[in-house]
Amino acid sequence: MSAPAQTAEAPGAPVKLTIDGRSVEAREGMTVLQAAREAGIEIPTLCYLEELSGYGSCRLCLVEVKAGRRTRTVVSCLYPVEEGLEVQTETEKIAHHRKLILELLAARWDRVDPALLKKYGADPERFAKHTTYCILCGLCVRQCAEIEGKNVLGFIGRGTERQVVVYPELAAKFCAQCAKGREMPCLEVCPTGVITSEFAAAGLTLPDKLPVAYPVCIKDDDNLRDVAKKVGDV
Amino acid sequence: MARLTSLEDLERYRQEVLARRDPKKPCVTICSGTGCRAYKSEKVAHAFQAELEAKGLAGKVDVRRTGCHGFCERGPIVVMLPEETCYLKVKVEDVPELVAETLVGGKVVERLLYRTDAGEGVVHENDIPFYKHQTRLLFHDNLRIDPTNLDDYLAVGGYGALAKALGSMTPEQVVAEVKKSNLRGRGGAGFPAGVKWETTRNSPGDERYVLVNADEGDPGAYMDRSILEGNPHSVLEGFIIGGYAIGARTGYVYVRQEYPLAVENLIGALDDLHEAGLLGENILGTGFSFEILIYRGAGAFVSGESSALMSSIEGKVGEPRPKYIRTSVKGLFDKPSNLNNVETWANVPLIISRGAEWFAGIGTEGSKGTKVFSLVGKVNNTGLVEVPMGMSLRRIVFDIGGGIREGRAFKAVQTGGPSGGVIPESMLDLPVDFDELTKVGSMMGSGGMIVMDDNTCMPDVAKYFLEFLADESCGKCVPCREGVWQMLQILTRMVKGEGREGDVELLEDLSTTVQDASLCALGQSAPNPVLSSIHYFRDEYRAHVEEKRCPALVCKALTSYWVDPDKCIACGLCKKNCPVGAISGEKKQVHVVDQALCTKCDTCFQVCPPKTRAVTKLSGQPVPKPPEDLAVRAAKGKKG
Repeated sequence: MSAPAQTAEAPGAPVKLTIDGRSVEAREGMTVLQAAREAGIEIPTLCYLEELSGYGSCRLCLVEVKAGRRTRTVVSCLYPVEEGLEVQTETEKIAHHRKLILELLAARWDRVDPALLKKYGADPERFAKHTTYCILCGLCVRQCAEIEGKNVLGFIGRGTERQVVVYPELAAKFCAQCAKGREMPCLEVCPTGVITSEFAAAGLTLPDKLPVAYPVCIKDDDNLRDVAKKVGDV
Repeated sequence: MARLTSLEDLERYRQEVLARRDPKKPCVTICSGTGCRAYKSEKVAHAFQAELEAKGLAGKVDVRRTGCHGFCERGPIVVMLPEETCYLKVKVEDVPELVAETLVGGKVVERLLYRTDAGEGVVHENDIPFYKHQTRLLFHDNLRIDPTNLDDYLAVGGYGALAKALGSMTPEQVVAEVKKSNLRGRGGAGFPAGVKWETTRNSPGDERYVLVNADEGDPGAYMDRSILEGNPHSVLEGFIIGGYAIGARTGYVYVRQEYPLAVENLIGALDDLHEAGLLGENILGTGFSFEILIYRGAGAFVSGESSALMSSIEGKVGEPRPKYIRTSVKGLFDKPSNLNNVETWANVPLIISRGAEWFAGIGTEGSKGTKVFSLVGKVNNTGLVEVPMGMSLRRIVFDIGGGIREGRAFKAVQTGGPSGGVIPESMLDLPVDFDELTKVGSMMGSGGMIVMDDNTCMPDVAKYFLEFLADESCGKCVPCREGVWQMLQILTRMVKGEGREGDVELLEDLSTTVQDASLCALGQSAPNPVLSSIHYFRDEYRAHVEEKRCPALVCKALTSYWVDPDKCIACGLCKKNCPVGAISGEKKQVHVVDQALCTKCDTCFQVCPPKTRAVTKLSGQPVPKPPEDLAVRAAKGKKG
């Protein structure tokens, strides 16, 4: 939520860089991910949405960049393009990290795109499960704050205790308006489908007594939408 | 005091302060750092005041509450000036005797002196082995300074460096001097401070900030707290000089709320500076204006990370953000910002007043000056030690630290806090500086140094640090939030005796991704304790996984208590003290531990007389069945 939205409104000066050995033309102010996608080079993402600010939390879009003599591992969704930058999107190291990240995500959420797991040889059973379904990508939080201009959703806690929560007073005030005539945008962007319509209902009809904040990460199989495909091509 | 409006004013005032003071006048100094306060040093100070009044000495002897002396373990520390007689562990009851004997009678109270191994009393602080081998550049003035008294700091030459910088140096010259000194940031990474200053100074924009990182949060490390508490002006003087050099008008001190005394002394110091004209508009009439704001953090470990710290000051959650543009270019409020930690800033006045060459003459090729370490753990003398960079670990642990407690064997030292690594005995001669520590898989970090004896289990230690880090991870990025947690699960399994084949390799595999893919330095360095301990103590990990054995006999699940029938003298101590009644045995009968009832609390082991040592810890082997004939065999020890 810190970095400004990277929508290239005013086209900046042209920048030339190479991605996976291909010469790519981009404009100043773009990120490596945007430049790659524009050039048709696919980089998997999870917590990224073009319309929202960069967040850099899922780390799936890691790439290796070489600027000068130094090679670094960076997230492409936030790394700005530079003249002469050399980007590698699929080195052995990057593939290893993606495999592990997918395995770590799979410990939280059992619907990680099987095709992606297969591509990187990820074994979803390798780590201890602690299924919460919410993978804390923060898309709903950013959607609500940045696009709707509300802050109904937020994070509380830290480490593995971190949760996405709803602030009931704000929900009572704003959610109805959001839900009018369409699916609620936070539900729409959630890649795991754990923001259930139950949440929406709770937001719309505020019970008498509610805690200050309550988690949205309630597993509800009926409401889990078939969204597994979203990892990798949100 | 009247506002000082010129450089000459400052000097004149300093002379006034010195003229008012009689160096021969007796003064009782009482260490009032947080450590000594915990030992009731405040009460001791009150007792001195009361006793002096009662004896009619009120105006004739000064009482000064000073900052930390470093030897916290033996506090409260009382030093009598001008003789500098140093008394340790002084209690309220000792006060009348000290006043009568030392202040009135001019005699030394032997029983409160430091005792050498040979039993001799040491009168002066600097002759105590703990202090003798140190080079105390940052701490040595603490004895003479009451942190709430600006005059005390001025009396030791304080703000002379600021006057020199403002009066005779351009900002560029100050930056050049710091660059030339090769001062490296004491926050941990060791980035050259001067280079950072220069980048911030030269970054485009009309506004820039300087910041003090006082969010020290390492378990067992408290050097920044002690400097802030004991000599806040040394940090503030360096900070104002930095503001001048970098071209900032505003500085922030980010200090955690858990350091109340540091915050209190800081606030007091800032008020005094304003009053004296050393802070605010037109400092000392030089045209330079600078303001310092204190920002109190909530005490999250990750808030010490530079981008998280800045987010926190901006009023957001203290979470890191990717810094593909350096904070020296785009930091706080997106303005060029220079963040250094407390110790770094405190070094600056020394560099300016004594010169870069003097500073660069101390230390090693790559690391200059001194470093304050927080020496804790199984070492005899714990506390804060300040030594020149490059001193060997052996000298720090054995000469200054006085060796391992209870004569046990040294096993390893963990440096750099929770994100650092362990260094084994074979590397004790390693000269301690930024680069050497990194080479062996550890790091300088904040300067925490935890000494471990042979009663330490490495997977257990690694688990301890990961628990801390998993708890303190902000939880934003996947590798850190999930990866560190999974590493912790594996280690927990291991110490419980549930380790699986391949666990060590899995830890290593996870570590590479957590290190390389995490968003900030917390995640990037979190695997250090695990990787370094696997590197130097792989056998111990193997033993846990393959043999379900804890070689150090620490992991409860893998350790059993057993009474050796050949040694037991049926003294009954273990039986009497066992809190769960797991030990049976009658007079003249070998005692037996019921393994099903035993909670492994270690009590029986501790109470078993050292002469007998019948209670034995076993790991990785079955507990022998009790003998058929329970008659005590060790008849020799029976009658003592």
